Amino acid sequence: MMGLSVVFKRELASYFATPLAYVFLVIFLVMAGVFTFYLGGFFERGQADLQPFFNFHPWLYLFLIPAIGMRLWSEERKSGTIELLMTLPISRTASVLGKFLAAWVFAGLALLLTFPMVITVNYLGNPDNGAIITGYLGSWLLAGGYLAIASCMSALTRNQVIAFILAVATCFVFVVSGFPLVLDAFNGWAPQSVLDAVSSLSFLIRFQAISQGVVDLRDLLYFLSLIAAWLAATAVVVDLKKAD
Amino acid sequence: MIEIQQLTKRFAAHTAVDGLSFTVAPGEVLGFLGPNGAGKSTTMKMLTGFLAPTSGTARVFGHDIQRDTLAAQRLIGYLPEGAPCYGDMTVAGFLGFIAEVRGLKGALKRQAVQTASEKVQLESVLNQRIETLSKGFKRRVGLAQAILHDPKVLILDEPTDGLDPNQKHQVRKLIQSLAKDKIVIVSTHILEEVAAVCTRALIIAHGKVVADGTPYELERQSKYHQAVSLVLEQPVDVQPLTALAGVAGVEQSEDGLQLTVLPEGDAVIFPAVNALLAAQNWPVREVNVERGRLDEVFRRLTVGDAA
Repeated sequence: MMGLSVVFKRELASYFATPLAYVFLVIFLVMAGVFTFYLGGFFERGQADLQPFFNFHPWLYLFLIPAIGMRLWSEERKSGTIELLMTLPISRTASVLGKFLAAWVFAGLALLLTFPMVITVNYLGNPDNGAIITGYLGSWLLAGGYLAIASCMSALTRNQVIAFILAVATCFVFVVSGFPLVLDAFNGWAPQSVLDAVSSLSFLIRFQAISQGVVDLRDLLYFLSLIAAWLAATAVVVDLKKAD
Repeated sequence: MIEIQQLTKRFAAHTAVDGLSFTVAPGEVLGFLGPNGAGKSTTMKMLTGFLAPTSGTARVFGHDIQRDTLAAQRLIGYLPEGAPCYGDMTVAGFLGFIAEVRGLKGALKRQAVQTASEKVQLESVLNQRIETLSKGFKRRVGLAQAILHDPKVLILDEPTDGLDPNQKHQVRKLIQSLAKDKIVIVSTHILEEVAAVCTRALIIAHGKVVADGTPYELERQSKYHQAVSLVLEQPVDVQPLTALAGVAGVEQSEDGLQLTVLPEGDAVIFPAVNALLAAQNWPVREVNVERGRLDEVFRRLTVGDAA
């Protein structure tokens, strides 16, 4: 998979070739801080954990992750470079994975830069650092799920704004699928098993479990298979749409 | 060796490429000609593995582009139409990326980037971002990218489009210098280019081959092949010219000062015309024997008799 690493390196570097990376990192860190300290009441709770920090990640990611993912394929299609990429000896799988991994690592980097949060909470009390680590892991997996969806939406259109809106909307459905907002649509006519299936797709419920330090293999599998499914869909869509 | 058999591409309503078959051998520079929309780019896109053909096959040195895509693509250097490049990268960064994709590392990579950028004269802009470059430079970045790994097969979609005459000349020289043992396929609608660089010209229209031969063979199909053109000091009565044996007709410019004497078939009429000129003592400023006009052949073949 030599092609994968070359695509990965180029893609990751391209985030830093424009102000995109820096704008994103600054906004992400500021927003994460604002959510934690003001909306999450980090100090008022008086507890030595990062729950107020992690709790807002699904909502923070809802807008910020599609902003990273929207360019993955639509930019290639708009500028015509997709023809170059697809005629170089790189398999389609390697391109799809390489691009996704670059975006995921970038999101991971943004997440790592929130480390002052960990220092703060360790300075103020004695938190369960194991739970914090699983919280970070869960948050990164969550970002991967959002990104895989954004990657697929980006392959659908050559317009980045449309890709962004489609990605936000689809991610939103996955976030709230455990809520009455979505479940009510099935309530009353669908059998209980369908309701359970739909609510089990929710990012929020899965993420809450991991962010509280409970690592369930099923939750890990959920995120990884979700990422795999959306990336497979990306590959199909890229193939169908590349020449449009 | 490139073998294309019954290659067909249908889009929803129309057939872009219709049962195209031809082979190209190493050492050939194939000029791929046709009006806009004739299916040149579509054929190239199928040949490079970007588009899947509706039916038919294309093989590059035995590698089927559909089933053995990566192996075929490794042998090909391709300049897509419009020379798309990653605008946010520097020229050196972009060529380095291509080199790595081609499996070149370390010293080999540096060497390949340097050689390719020298060949298309990019040294002065290596550290500039591609999006800040002029159109001519961008086109040359695309060319450098295509020749970087010294490919056995070079496919160039309108390589000189948007270049100034000097740059066009450089690109043609580059193609000629590469051609010895390679297969080069160049699409263009500039006919002088074909005569200048190609060993073989293939004209397609509506997705089908309408002519295939050396540029000379195509010129021979022109009604101007072996025609004699004259520039006169003052108008004359052309009747004696039309009466000559082997003359099909005479074309006259509006002021009557430029005449083109057309031969019948392959007849050689220059000696007869020349003798007549001497006998009539016409005030002639210039006499030329024409090779044939490719643009006329091109128009006749691609538009048909309707034109």
